[in-house]
Amino acid sequence: MALPNREIPLKLELRGITKRFGDLVANDHIDITVEPGEVHALLGENGAGKSTLMNQLYGLLQPDEGQIVVNGEPVVFRSPRDAIAAGIGMVHQHFMLVPVFTVAENIALGSEEVRGGPLGWLDRRRSRRDVIETSERYGLPVDPDALVEDLPVGAQQRVEIVKALTREVDLLILDEPTAVLTPQETDELLAVMRSLTAMGKSIVFITHKLKEVKAIADRITVVRRGKIVGTASPDTSEDELAALMVGRAVSLEVAKTPAEPGRNVLKLAGLVVDDDRGVRAVDGVDLEVRAGEVLGIAGVQGNGQTELVEAVMGLREVRAGSVELDGESLAPLSTKQILRSGVGYIPEDRSHDGVVKEFSVAENLVLDMYDRSPYGNAFKRDLGSVGSNARERVAEFDIRCQSPDTPVGTLSGGNQQKVVVAREMSRPLRLFIASQPTRGVDVGSIEFIHGQIIHERDQGTAVLVVSSELDEVVGLADRIAVMYRGRILAIVSPDTPREEIGLLMAGITGTGGDAPEEGTK
Amino acid sequence: MSTETTPEAPAKKDEAEESFLSAFTRNLWAANTVTVTALSILLAFVIGAILIIVSDAEVLAQFAYFTARPADALSASWQLVSTAYSDLLKGAFGDPEAFSAWFNGSGTWQDAFAPLSETLTYAAPLVFTGLSVALAFRGGLFNIGAQGQAVIGCVTAGVAGFAFGLPIVLNLVVAIVAGALGGALWGFIPGILKARTGAHEVITTIMLNYTAALFLSWLVLQKGVQDPNRTDAISKAIDESAQLPSFGGVLRVHLGILLAVAATAGVAWLLNRSSFGFELRAVGANQHAARTAGISVAKTYALLMAIAGGLAGLGGATQVLGTAYALTPAVAGNIGFDGLLVALLGRNKPWGTLWAALLFGALRAGGNRMQSYAGISLELVTVLQALIVIFIAAPALVKAIFRLRATRLVRPGASLAKG
Repeated sequence: MALPNREIPLKLELRGITKRFGDLVANDHIDITVEPGEVHALLGENGAGKSTLMNQLYGLLQPDEGQIVVNGEPVVFRSPRDAIAAGIGMVHQHFMLVPVFTVAENIALGSEEVRGGPLGWLDRRRSRRDVIETSERYGLPVDPDALVEDLPVGAQQRVEIVKALTREVDLLILDEPTAVLTPQETDELLAVMRSLTAMGKSIVFITHKLKEVKAIADRITVVRRGKIVGTASPDTSEDELAALMVGRAVSLEVAKTPAEPGRNVLKLAGLVVDDDRGVRAVDGVDLEVRAGEVLGIAGVQGNGQTELVEAVMGLREVRAGSVELDGESLAPLSTKQILRSGVGYIPEDRSHDGVVKEFSVAENLVLDMYDRSPYGNAFKRDLGSVGSNARERVAEFDIRCQSPDTPVGTLSGGNQQKVVVAREMSRPLRLFIASQPTRGVDVGSIEFIHGQIIHERDQGTAVLVVSSELDEVVGLADRIAVMYRGRILAIVSPDTPREEIGLLMAGITGTGGDAPEEGTK
Repeated sequence: MSTETTPEAPAKKDEAEESFLSAFTRNLWAANTVTVTALSILLAFVIGAILIIVSDAEVLAQFAYFTARPADALSASWQLVSTAYSDLLKGAFGDPEAFSAWFNGSGTWQDAFAPLSETLTYAAPLVFTGLSVALAFRGGLFNIGAQGQAVIGCVTAGVAGFAFGLPIVLNLVVAIVAGALGGALWGFIPGILKARTGAHEVITTIMLNYTAALFLSWLVLQKGVQDPNRTDAISKAIDESAQLPSFGGVLRVHLGILLAVAATAGVAWLLNRSSFGFELRAVGANQHAARTAGISVAKTYALLMAIAGGLAGLGGATQVLGTAYALTPAVAGNIGFDGLLVALLGRNKPWGTLWAALLFGALRAGGNRMQSYAGISLELVTVLQALIVIFIAAPALVKAIFRLRATRLVRPGASLAKG
């Protein structure tokens, strides 16, 4: 595959794109123009219709109305193949890579170099050469022979970008590309985006992170509820952008008073936990969380935070060390007993562990208390009190749903998360564990959930917050523990400079001893 | 900053309130489950009609000169198919002639209701095995073992029915409970294996089906079980006091069908109102979330399979105590496997399963008459049952054939795209 030097840079126009799903209008007459060589940010909350729009642009969906115009000519994309042929590539939020294939194999997948006719053999050497050529040309280092599953997330994303670039695209759609990256990796990605636009490529950057938009975008289009509600330049303030996105003024800072820590509620000593593959994930963690304080655990995902929390909740075996709640060991207790001894838990993966999507809002609101008074007993349930509880929680937590009987799966991510938060906070707690409490949650709901967490703290509950969003940890926590490869590297104050915490998250301590290595997860 | 903020359009629905009738017709043609089910049954009967025609040599011969005299072939085909299907209906629900005979005194009410009685007789065990499969499925388990559990239910209920000689009522109750317990044990084994070791229930239940069938074949030839007056594989007869009460004579229908309705209500209550039902539905829908919420997945699997097995065991018990009155190697027939189809047709809902079992019972009862009157093989009923289930299992096919509204929904990926 020869890399082309296209003479005409790609100019894209979307004219009046409308897409409906039943009664829901996901996109309502969207007009967007992407000039060659610009980074065009598409900003909007989850569920605003950004991904639907891009899926139409990439040929995964067909618009009900409107036109896609490339360099002045209307085009119809029946599949991603058509979009790629027209010079449009996409890197999805969830990577579309085969973990057990090498980088070169993944990149070749779908446009394999074949010799000797349609039933010929793969020209691996040529695929490999193409990868190296592209990666050098655009300054995106990837090892063509590495297995994708061995690569860190940032490198996997580079593979996706290289894959798109080998298909000679001129416009690249990046769907929430920074959601999985460390602050350093994010900086690297932004640098890559700059160099790509310098070479005449244009980028559509989908995100809900205001800082990044301001850092990289040439133009910003804000989408709310399927409509374009405004365009903005990068010098617009974050508060203004947020207000535009949400439709009302929101506070991005977490309002809170200084903590008044009391007794030690949760005490971890020498905790050792293995992950699903039997690899050590938590490697000797000592940690204390006190009543009335928020302890934040910062760290790039996959450094043992998940396993640590699951061990506390009795969902994962404790290999060594101890977990104590107010001096009593939690190790012999079942998850049910732990929940009932005054521990609230928001799991990090909402749709996997937090809610049963087929269940109604009302049922999800009692998912862990269904057999306990007043919702029922060991034998039967009391549907009356389940229903009245649902009505109260829906009102109190502002859960947007048609009725408490609608399946939770039909709610937006933010409202699903509110269901989980409402469930876990509606009983007296001693310890509250919130893992990625606002992942995939819109800005308006983030503000609300953060407020609830601080409220819980102020009532004297010990709160443990785990988040891969540094802003969130800094905003919520009274003390920050930085976790790296199963260990707590340091416990710092939230006033610590962000760069310092970022370096700790990458495993670089002040003494500069422990440098991160590529190739391990 | 250039913010041309468009004002929020007032949330107004395009469609004004529509009348009930138009909403009804719209929903009828939308691809809902009731419509798909009804159309699946219709389609199966259409294909069944074609099979009836092509398998009849005489009618087929008339198609040889179809171009010359099309009316001959068509009327002969119509004649054949309408006779067959009207016999099917008469055999399942009742013959109008028998009813008029009863009214003018030349027949008995028993004869008039005999077809309905047959339908209910065939349906009763299928309700139990269907519920067994449906309940397990709601908990995320595929209970292929309803057959084996029903066989063991036959064995324990049957043996209890002739061995103890208990007084009336008690004898029947003990036999029924024995059937439930036997099935429950046979279900509990794969349940506990799944819970403790992760052994897949499909594999273990299939194996236990063979084990149960072979055990029954062996048992009926053993001394103390085999009828001492017979040399073939048949057990002693069930004590009359342990038999499910029935009308007698041509009306074979017995108490089992009432028990089946009660079991349906019980399963519906269990699923929707009980704490265990909540647990099993949570585990079935998302076992990770269930586990995170403190529900023991292992305990749920073990208990669920025991209950499902108990239901299938009850199906076996009704078969042996209500219809067969003795154990033979084939006493359970195919009720366990038919239960799979019944549950599928009933979409794993308790009342849906009941209706599906009644439909299968009706087809079976009507098929008997169709075979003896119209001379059409009983196998056609099996074909019809299979076709119905195939169409139910492939709703996209039915929707495409009838161009139901939902087929306009773009591409499969569309429903997954969120944004």
